[in-house]
Amino acid sequence: MTEQKPVDMSVKIGGITLANPVMPASGTFEEGLARVFDLNRLGALVTKTVTAEIRKGNPVPRAAESANGLLNAIGIPSKGIPYYLEHTLPFYRQFTPPVITSISAPTVDGFAEIARAMSVPGVSVLELNISCPNIEEGGRAFGLTARGAERVVKTVKAVTKLPVWAKLTPNSHEVPEVALAALEAGAEAVVVANTVLALAIDAETFTPVLGNVLGGLSGPAIKPVNLRHVYQTANRVQIPVIGCGGISNAVDAVEYMLAGATAVQVGTASFIQPNAMPDIIDGLAAFCRRKGIGRVAGLTGALITKSGEKACSL
Amino acid sequence: MMSKPDMASRETAFSSAPFEPAVVAERTVVVAHEEVNSEYRFLAVRASPVAAAAKPGQFFNLLCPEPPGLNPFLRRPMSLYGSDPALNRVEFLYKIVGAGTRGLTQLSVGDELDVVGPLGRGFRFDPAWRSVVLVGRGVGLATLAPVCRAVKAGGANVTALLSARSRAVLVSAAVMQSGGADVVPVFDEDGSSAPAKVERLLRDLIEAGRCDALFTCGSARLARLMKTLALEYDLPAQIAMEQHMACGLGLCHVCVRDFDVGGEIVSRRVCWDGPVFDLREALP
Ligand SMILES: Cc1cc2nc3c(=O)[nH]c(=O)nc-3n(C[C@H](O)[C@H](O)[C@H](O)COP(=O)(O)OP(=O)(O)OC[C@H]3O[C@@H](n4cnc5c(N)ncnc54)[C@H](O)[C@@H]3O)c2cc1C
Ligand SMILES: Cc1cc2nc3c(=O)[nH]c(=O)nc-3n(C[C@H](O)[C@H](O)[C@H](O)COP(=O)(O)O)c2cc1C
Ligand code: FES
Repeated sequence: MTEQKPVDMSVKIGGITLANPVMPASGTFEEGLARVFDLNRLGALVTKTVTAEIRKGNPVPRAAESANGLLNAIGIPSKGIPYYLEHTLPFYRQFTPPVITSISAPTVDGFAEIARAMSVPGVSVLELNISCPNIEEGGRAFGLTARGAERVVKTVKAVTKLPVWAKLTPNSHEVPEVALAALEAGAEAVVVANTVLALAIDAETFTPVLGNVLGGLSGPAIKPVNLRHVYQTANRVQIPVIGCGGISNAVDAVEYMLAGATAVQVGTASFIQPNAMPDIIDGLAAFCRRKGIGRVAGLTGALITKSGEKACSL
Repeated sequence: MMSKPDMASRETAFSSAPFEPAVVAERTVVVAHEEVNSEYRFLAVRASPVAAAAKPGQFFNLLCPEPPGLNPFLRRPMSLYGSDPALNRVEFLYKIVGAGTRGLTQLSVGDELDVVGPLGRGFRFDPAWRSVVLVGRGVGLATLAPVCRAVKAGGANVTALLSARSRAVLVSAAVMQSGGADVVPVFDEDGSSAPAKVERLLRDLIEAGRCDALFTCGSARLARLMKTLALEYDLPAQIAMEQHMACGLGLCHVCVRDFDVGGEIVSRRVCWDGPVFDLREALP
């Protein structure tokens, strides 16, 4: 047997190169995973959304199961900027992958304030959570409209030199337009996408299950939905799309990359299988070897029609 | 504040010390599965040394088989009930409640069970204690069971006050007895578990000098009573708490509870900061 050349797992997102395309989704990643596997294996370290305000988060119950999915209404508990800079960031800086700091704010000015405070050495990228369905009343978010996304990204770009990724919501009826607006305002990438706004009811008691009533659905149940958003978005924008939603194994990650994603984020799967991310990295490499693909980046947008033509305009 | 280690030292650390997980996600093999009474089952698995080194009060997150028509998507938290590091054995005692625990009942000896653990912070022991009093009820008795042996091994005596609806659903008594505890069962069916009676028993133990520390699990009502006594007599007290969970690893912030820390209300993750907490700060 001939020795196979190792697969080149690196991917480029704007100006930064990741050792591999797999990273955690914000809010599903904390130091607990460092007890399970070596965090240096990850493509990047994406931290939980932090706000300038100290936030307690939502009342319990904060989660509910549904078929192949999870509803959550955590409510972005946040210990504020000084805590992040003194505790969270130094912890992640012990590891080699770049730190992606997810930030949010209830107002555009608030975004500017936290973006400025988080533009410090050790933070490689600011990920703007303009999509969380829980943070504003009734599930509203900046990311629902192109105008909202543009305002936030433009404001943040004016106060930071760091690359900016905009995390979009699948609850918008115009995700590609929102992505375009983010691109035009200066975003280096878009993350597609956050959770799907949802409701769980306990029929026995006639009450909503979640303390916050509405929550965000994640996990395998939303994979086809967010995969569709990635496909439609990647066909429209010339910046990298980072796929997110229901990725539990390497095949899911491959599907997202074929649809146009340059990299992927993994959330809920880590709750079920804490080794999901390293397993996906190994599985992606094995998939590429099996298909004779030398670079994992070769998967991005490689979708073809049944008759063999390119199905993705990347 | 931690400083950023430079590249060189990081790479040496990386290459010279291969990563050792403190928490494992693994497929274990069922080695025993028995009905204890109409509500409880005993389940033992063969696991790895890391899992079998779990400490009393720590727990595992179990991926339960799917019972017909149901989809327990999340893992289910279960306390360590017993372990035998020599045999890499981990034991659970579970109450059949809903989808997940009904799924567990389908397991036969030889089947695989996917577990994550050991998780959380267990009970803390002080070698200066000469006698420890455990008070538990319901599934809390499973959590307290392995404490007896650990306390005894440290040279202290254990009194275990076990509360149950009836003698028929009392669990853990035998295992605690064989672990060397002085077991005092109390029941709803004969009125011996009434709060005033339990309080009397506890006060008698404390006043007789037979209680240097209090441990509790499984009943908010008992926990509130013990908190009152712990504050009144200035005794160290620990509680193993429950909360609905998703990850069990501190990642999701689903499992929070409020604590009163010197007058300030702080939110803590039961799976990560606990599940064992200082009862004097807990709000059961
Ligand atoms: C740290 C910890 C240790 C535990 N140890 C034991 C033990 O040793 N023995 C035992 O019998 N039980 C124990 N429990 C309770 C056990 O986790 C629940 O009974 C079990 O999750 C019920 O799942 P189900 O699908 O059968 O029930 P369902 O009611 O269908 O569960 C629905 C959802 O609610 C959650 N849930 C239901 N009851 C509880 C509960 N009491 N605590 C937390 N989550 C709950 C489930 O995990 C699931 O996500 C422990 C709980 C915690 C938090
Ligand atoms: C418990 C939980 C907490 C989350 N918190 C955040 C958050 O703080 N910020 C954010 O941008 N997304 C948050 N998300 C959304 C995830 O990052 C991710 O976009 C979503 O869950 C879909 O991916 P998944 O199906 O792989 O989980 C959260 C998701 C879950 C399940
Ligand atoms: S269960 Fe996820 S943080 Fe505790």
